[in-house]
Amino acid sequence: MKHRTFFWFFLPSGLAMLLFIAFPIVSVLIQSVYAPHEAVLVTVENSGPFGITKSTSIDQEATEALRAAEPLGRFVGSQIYFDRGHLAINELASLWQTTETWGDFTSRLGNLPFYRALSFTLTYTFTTVPLLMALGFMIALAVNTLPGALKGLTIFFSLLPMIVTPIIGSLILFWMIDSRGVIGSLLQYLADDPNLSLKASTPLVWISIIVYGIWHSAPFAFVVFYAGLQTLPQDTLESAQIDGATRWQQIRYVTIPHLMPLVTFVALIKLMDNFRVFEEIVGFNAEAHATSLSWIIFNDLGGETRLLSSASATSVLTIIGVAILLSPVLVRTWRDFNEKSH
Amino acid sequence: MKHFKLALLSATAVAAFATTSYADGHANCGIEAGRVSIVGNEFPAIQTIGSGAKACASDTVEVKANLTADHQKINVAGMTGNPAEYTTAIVANSSIVALMNEDVIRPLDDLVAKHGDGIKPNQLITVGGKVMAVAFMANAQHLVYRDDILKEAGVEVPKTYEDMLAAAKVIRDKGILQNPVGGAYKAGWNLAQEFNNMYIGYGGQFFKDGSAEVSINNEQGVKALEMMKSLSEYMNPDFLTHDSNATSAEWKAGNVALMNMWGSRTGALVDAEGTAPEVIEHTSLASPMTVGGGSTAATTLWWDGWTVAKNISDEDAEATFLAMKAAIDPSILNETTTPQAVWLIDGYEPSPQSAGVFGAVEMAATPYPMLPYQGLLHTALGAELADFMQGKESAEQALADVEAAYTAAAKENGFLQ
Amino acid sequence: MSKAQRKSPLLRASLSLFIIIWLIMAAFPFLWTLWGSFKVELDFFSITDWTDALTGPRTEATYGSPFTGAGYEGAWIQEEFWRAGINTTLVCIFVVCTSLTIGTLGGYALSRSGFKYVFWLLIAALIFRAMPPITLVAGYLLPFFEWNLWGHLATTVIVLVAINQPFTLWMLHSFFMKIPKDLDESAMVDGCTRFQAFRHVIIPVMWPGVITTGLFSFLLAYNDFAVTAMLLSKENQTMVPKIASFLGTTQTEGNVMFAVAAVVSATAPLFVLVMFFQRQIVSGLTAGAVKG
Repeated sequence: MKHRTFFWFFLPSGLAMLLFIAFPIVSVLIQSVYAPHEAVLVTVENSGPFGITKSTSIDQEATEALRAAEPLGRFVGSQIYFDRGHLAINELASLWQTTETWGDFTSRLGNLPFYRALSFTLTYTFTTVPLLMALGFMIALAVNTLPGALKGLTIFFSLLPMIVTPIIGSLILFWMIDSRGVIGSLLQYLADDPNLSLKASTPLVWISIIVYGIWHSAPFAFVVFYAGLQTLPQDTLESAQIDGATRWQQIRYVTIPHLMPLVTFVALIKLMDNFRVFEEIVGFNAEAHATSLSWIIFNDLGGETRLLSSASATSVLTIIGVAILLSPVLVRTWRDFNEKSH
Repeated sequence: MKHFKLALLSATAVAAFATTSYADGHANCGIEAGRVSIVGNEFPAIQTIGSGAKACASDTVEVKANLTADHQKINVAGMTGNPAEYTTAIVANSSIVALMNEDVIRPLDDLVAKHGDGIKPNQLITVGGKVMAVAFMANAQHLVYRDDILKEAGVEVPKTYEDMLAAAKVIRDKGILQNPVGGAYKAGWNLAQEFNNMYIGYGGQFFKDGSAEVSINNEQGVKALEMMKSLSEYMNPDFLTHDSNATSAEWKAGNVALMNMWGSRTGALVDAEGTAPEVIEHTSLASPMTVGGGSTAATTLWWDGWTVAKNISDEDAEATFLAMKAAIDPSILNETTTPQAVWLIDGYEPSPQSAGVFGAVEMAATPYPMLPYQGLLHTALGAELADFMQGKESAEQALADVEAAYTAAAKENGFLQ
Repeated sequence: MSKAQRKSPLLRASLSLFIIIWLIMAAFPFLWTLWGSFKVELDFFSITDWTDALTGPRTEATYGSPFTGAGYEGAWIQEEFWRAGINTTLVCIFVVCTSLTIGTLGGYALSRSGFKYVFWLLIAALIFRAMPPITLVAGYLLPFFEWNLWGHLATTVIVLVAINQPFTLWMLHSFFMKIPKDLDESAMVDGCTRFQAFRHVIIPVMWPGVITTGLFSFLLAYNDFAVTAMLLSKENQTMVPKIASFLGTTQTEGNVMFAVAAVVSATAPLFVLVMFFQRQIVSGLTAGAVKG
């Protein structure tokens, strides 16, 4: 395709992304190396319905001058990236010097918010993605064998976990796994432990969120794979059958290679989505046990005083994390791309 | 101390949800022309204020209200532009700080001097001698208890947290309730707020005098955490996931006999559908408790009030002031609106529901601090205390973590060098 | 499956069992919620005992019957949930149409151009998608308020389209890669311009992929919370933030049963939609337009 034609075809889509994603990313990058100006504090007397108190306030006139001089804030370079809320370089160094064993080091590492969030984020991503793809693939194969009349209904019910809003879906599940909810009671009965609570112990909270994540995303893998199965080349399949291939061999050597681009696609999307796990944590009220990078951003932006620079730095770190995570898939895509274009 | 049976009130509390209608006497509120645009939370009392202001609309006066639970996320941005999208934000003592830090609200002294008649002096929120907001309602956390269960257990109504622990032990030992204590201990904002209450009760100071330097890793801090830990042993094991909604639900199901709860939520405790009859009949309110032999109530006082944006024309500011003043006029109080809040408005007759909040005021409880950096400490507490509550680390370590997290945030925001 | 191979009874049975277990897992929480939406809050949460959610003793005590439509009445009549429904419908229609129009053009171009920049554009799109939406939205607030764009449905539509564009491009790119290049190239040999080839040759065969992609765009618009909660004013609110607002805040009681009834109501239209489009997907794909 000629450059010119390509340009016009791609323009609307590219423009939308440029304006609403690329520019904000640049502004986030800038924001992350600038911080608000040092506040000039004054002691003041406050009064209100509950009497008079001594308090501290920002001297706006004095601060105004600083703001006018440098509207972006004060330049702090990589300081925010390395402070305790993010990569925590100093804390890391002192931990390294004061701890004797690896176990001690990793457990104390969990005390730093960034690394605590990262450990859950990575565990979640690497357990849910393979499992949800496997489950989705199995459902797609199974649904594909159903007679026509049943297919529609099955597809609808299979899609339910995905089409419900994550924040509401996780709330529903959260209600159900309460120790007095229907699933919680069932598990107590099965485990024969009347005091079992899925919400009070860290490992069980992690498992609950991971199971929820698989449940929620498997339909996505299912519907993509199912659509792919519809384009399965029947002649290849038939010749494989004539050659006496077993069902498993057909799946292994015909179906999976045919679906490979879709597998890459689903893996890409889900690695990325699950790396940004957030609504699940809010829905499960799991802040005490599990946090994620996106949750840190939410917490920075949702407080009484917003930490914009801190949230920006975490966002940049998230993007870098996603890029690292996806690099194997990207290398693969690069090879595919070169093969196809030559 | 005041004790009231809430059951007497449930009829009026139900009415609180019905549609609001009241005299539209203040036809144009004395406004000639201008633009009024409100941003605020969406609970019923604020809805009342919103519709009160809207009654001032006329051909020349435009009144809009955007009342949403996410108001705190949009109010700073919405008041930053020039002219600002919102001419007034309804805030509380915690959230006005963000607006003052960003310098988007104006001092109201000249407007109060010109049009302030009818606003009581104690409604004016002044910071450094400048009026920054006009308060219209108050709130506080205080004790809620089940008088029937306390009677059955043979214990007095607790006046201190130590009494509460003792009462909880008796109730559990007698087999009346397994987890008699309720509390909004959800990790995050709620847990931090409970720590604030307890720390204030022990007489702690959050910051070194006049500076943004935090000092909570001390004897009072450790004691406050230990008291919270002791209380949590009498709570539902899932307490770290229980926000005030979940805690209220536990109460309504009759699983809890003692809790520290927001005054603004007590009405709903007995009016929701399906609440057990014994809960409706025996829910009682009392003043906040003290702790550790101190005399300071282990709670904080809160107000809600309105502000006026800085980046708008003087005409719009005046229109906004007048419309909001009309919205908190004593004439808005009627059967429906009176139980919606503990109003600070003239002519408000305290209802039984407000007993706890008034108790807190009488005990001269500490208002939630309006420090520019208090919010940062609140966030740090919310994120770092959960490990201690789960027994994963010591109180000292948890408090050291809070201080470190706060210090990093305060440095970023320019409060500390 | 072709006739050449018959399924053994064992395979057939295990397949059915697998499907049944999956369907129970997938549908049970919703059936439970549907059932529970006719109860009062304390029964639904079954804080006393889980069987309360089935039998509804407190619902019976309050309304004299174990079922009540109070949640639906409250959500739809008292809280005017239908307004949110209209807003969601508008947002969804415009997001899907815009997203697919510009996405098919872009995705087609990416699939037919072999230059290196195509790869980098695809990578850039992925990196764009890695950006957490909450940060993006926080960045939009100030300029949107400044330029008076905040609060309108149109702004939200454009933002949702843009945020979803990387996904749409990737998905359509993969689908267009499956349509043989000879198809449109032979049309161009016959004298069509690139656009005419696209218009007359590609559009008729692209529907299966486009419908699947459209379904995801639709779900994104339908379910979005981060963008709609922050960028829409109260009167333009869509269903999901409206449902979230029923849940209450720290200092005030919400009405959870309104939320539950609204969740059920919001899922119902999806039923019709999926039933309709799954037929499109199957018939479109099996018509043989797309050969692997």
